[in-house]
Amino acid sequence: MLEERKKILSIKNLSVSFSQYEGAFRWKNLLAIKDLSLDVKEGEMVAVVGSSGSGKSLLAHSVLGILPYNATRNGEISFYGETLTEKRMRELRGKEIVLVPQSVSYLDPLMKTGLQIRKGKKDESSRQKSLEVLKCYGLERDTENLYPFELSGGMIRRILISTAVMEQPRLVIADEPTPGLHIDIARRVLSHFREIADEGAGVLLIIHDLELAVEVADRIVVLYAGTNLEEARASDFLEENRLRHPYTRALYRAMPDNGFSAEPGTQPYAENRPDGCTYAPRCEYVQEKCLKEVEYRNFQGGMVRCIMAGGEIR
Amino acid sequence: MRKEFLFILKNFVRMAILMFLVSIVAFFLVSVSPIDPLKVNVGQTALGSMSQEQIEKLSQYWGTSISPVRRYLSWAGDFIRGDMGVSLLYRQPVSRVIGVKLSNSLLMLGISWLISGIVGFSLGILAGANRGKRLDKGISAYALITASTPAFWLALVFLMLFGVWLKILPIGLSVPIGTEAAEVTIRDRILHGILPVLTLSITGISSMILHTREKMLEVMESDYVLFAKARGETGTQIVLGHGIRNILLPALTLQFASISEIIGGSVLVEQVFSYPGIGQAAVTAGLGGDVPLLLGIAVISAAIVFTGNFTANILYGIVDPRIRKARNNI
Amino acid sequence: MKQWNSRKTMYCFFVLSIIFLAVVTVIGYFSYDKAMVVDFSRKNLPPSFSYPFGTDWMGRDMFARTMTGISMSIMLGVLAAAVSSVIAFSLGIIGASMGKAADGFVSGLIDLVMGIPHILLLVLISFALGKGFKGVVTGIAITHWTSLARLIRGEVLQLKESQYIKIAEKLGHGKLKTAVKHMTPHLLPQVLVGFVLLFPHAILHEAGITFLGFGLPPEQPAVGIILSEGMKYLTMGSWWLALFPGLLLTIVVVLFHLVGDILGRLIDPGRIHQ
Repeated sequence: MLEERKKILSIKNLSVSFSQYEGAFRWKNLLAIKDLSLDVKEGEMVAVVGSSGSGKSLLAHSVLGILPYNATRNGEISFYGETLTEKRMRELRGKEIVLVPQSVSYLDPLMKTGLQIRKGKKDESSRQKSLEVLKCYGLERDTENLYPFELSGGMIRRILISTAVMEQPRLVIADEPTPGLHIDIARRVLSHFREIADEGAGVLLIIHDLELAVEVADRIVVLYAGTNLEEARASDFLEENRLRHPYTRALYRAMPDNGFSAEPGTQPYAENRPDGCTYAPRCEYVQEKCLKEVEYRNFQGGMVRCIMAGGEIR
Repeated sequence: MRKEFLFILKNFVRMAILMFLVSIVAFFLVSVSPIDPLKVNVGQTALGSMSQEQIEKLSQYWGTSISPVRRYLSWAGDFIRGDMGVSLLYRQPVSRVIGVKLSNSLLMLGISWLISGIVGFSLGILAGANRGKRLDKGISAYALITASTPAFWLALVFLMLFGVWLKILPIGLSVPIGTEAAEVTIRDRILHGILPVLTLSITGISSMILHTREKMLEVMESDYVLFAKARGETGTQIVLGHGIRNILLPALTLQFASISEIIGGSVLVEQVFSYPGIGQAAVTAGLGGDVPLLLGIAVISAAIVFTGNFTANILYGIVDPRIRKARNNI
Repeated sequence: MKQWNSRKTMYCFFVLSIIFLAVVTVIGYFSYDKAMVVDFSRKNLPPSFSYPFGTDWMGRDMFARTMTGISMSIMLGVLAAAVSSVIAFSLGIIGASMGKAADGFVSGLIDLVMGIPHILLLVLISFALGKGFKGVVTGIAITHWTSLARLIRGEVLQLKESQYIKIAEKLGHGKLKTAVKHMTPHLLPQVLVGFVLLFPHAILHEAGITFLGFGLPPEQPAVGIILSEGMKYLTMGSWWLALFPGLLLTIVVVLFHLVGDILGRLIDPGRIHQ
């Protein structure tokens, strides 16, 4: 059923690197995202999960073509089968592809929210539309006259979502829409994104809270140190042995319902990322082969980057 | 409304206290001077034409027999009532001398202030919005060079260029020599004002450029500009819609706070162009030991500077919604 | 490591600028006697190979006079920058770390000094000290600390919010001790940059106040005096008297600005990409 839907977004072997000075005079390249691939189909919500520093926001920024000036992007990103060049991104962003950013700092501090929702347009029909959208998200009419600093955390998320639905987007990229929110409000915010997906658009949800992601998304892509280790159906997270990668399993075990057990060690930063599997230094099954490039392959209806999958992992 | 009033009142009181302190400092400085205004100007016609009463008053202010505190109090008391004493060099009440000189300078200063503010702001925005490009480098280099150029030397170069070589503009004085005040035409005034205005506008521009550029860079790197880009807003839309909105207020504040610099610049530039304004009067008073005039000019220009700062504070506190509402919610 | 990049260019430029400024100072310092020589057999000469800046109506070598004057300006700048840095550093730290009253006092003092237009304040101080050279030196030295003090105060306020300073305070270290011991290392780069960026102001103000006729008798080779005399001979066609000294002065000030700017970039990691 899912397979028949059209692919909206397809990312293949994406890598993003930064050039910067190291010390006083030496230039160096820092690979922040390495060999990342994923798809988003119509009506589907794909969650990209990973702890901070795993490159989640950069992924969003690469699709929109708003990476910083010292960043370089490689690999292919396509939208409905058509390659997204910088020029094409400029045409599509804000219309077909929209971003829902993560915090109040993404709103102009000196512009009233109503005006921001409608991108500064002052005509009556835009205004009516923005008022409808506000109402739709349970915000009062008067909210349009408030400045961002006067909004509560929950209101800010809803305002940010409002900016997305002012157009008819085909793809919504939500960058961390839940941190700092009470769990009930977080669920409500995510339900709004679910609605957008159910109406036919694709949603790429970037989130660090695996539990919430499993609740709301269709598929989960697990990011670790700038590369993806696994892609699983949300339903795979019902049982540990349906999961494909040791890291995902560790994440599973760290979920509150499954024992809350934390793995030792930390995610490596880009400058000392290991050559092969990025998780190898922490992996209990690590082998000689893990230190070379590991292929990202199809496995049991999902994807995995692990030579052991299907083997001895128990 | 009440809170706004209190805010203004608080700033006003602060300004008044600073005024008071400045007058004490200025009075102290001229008082400790080994230069005795009476002796320096003895034998000059100034003293001769003064009434006995005026001379007495002078020695009351500047004589060494009375304690400085009492001298200050009597001077300040008269000053507040509008009596700033009599200028030793101009043989007129200081208030009248300052009035005439200030009105000569005011238009020139005002125009230079406006031009440097507006042009500096625009150039700063252009540079900040085009970071790292040739335009940015050009504007930044221009700001650096004008910040390093002595205003009076530039004035000399202009004088040389336009007055001596090209002979298209007059060499000095705000009016032709020997013309009665009433006969001065607007054309004369404009012709004599062009070079001072040009010099002051060019040299006074750099701090505004650098400040605006810096703020613009901050805005361009902000999350909300990134989001605006993500929403498909073009560069121009971003600069006009978010850039100016967010940097206008700090720029206005700087502009009002920069009055001091333009007055300082005018002291030197007026000297070069023999422009009979407040700056030239200050130099004449300083060199000629005209203590009442020097003191009067120092206090009046401090008053202008503080009024500028006061306006800047009020602007910020009343216009910025963040500060305004934060105050109302207390 | 081998490739050439803009940072290295910047660094080379930095070193060359400092060498240039040092050479000007030294040459100027030893040109004083030459600058005072009057020789009517060579008066009013336009610039030539032996007199690059020409000579004046008394046949004095303008190149020697200019170098001497600029050298004096730079040395005065050193004094002003040193005195101002010390004042700014102390007041900045006192204002930001010793409570509200101290802060009010310091910001009031800053506003007070900035209240009178700078050049007018210099006139007043010069007048207070009898219009001599002493007045100019004192005025330049004690009036340039305000913006640096503001900057340091802001930095200290920011540092105070940082965790390790809060820990030091929790451990019972006194406010002033914390400020001096833990904050100074972070402030020194700022002070160093501020120190260099004081030169342009000090040098320009020194030129300005001597130009107005305060400080030195007219035969002395101060930049302001040279330009002031150049102005008198402008209409007689001796254009070189005002043009070259001013140009060299501007170049020196530009170089000080650049040195300060580059120093700031090399020190501050936040501006690493520029």
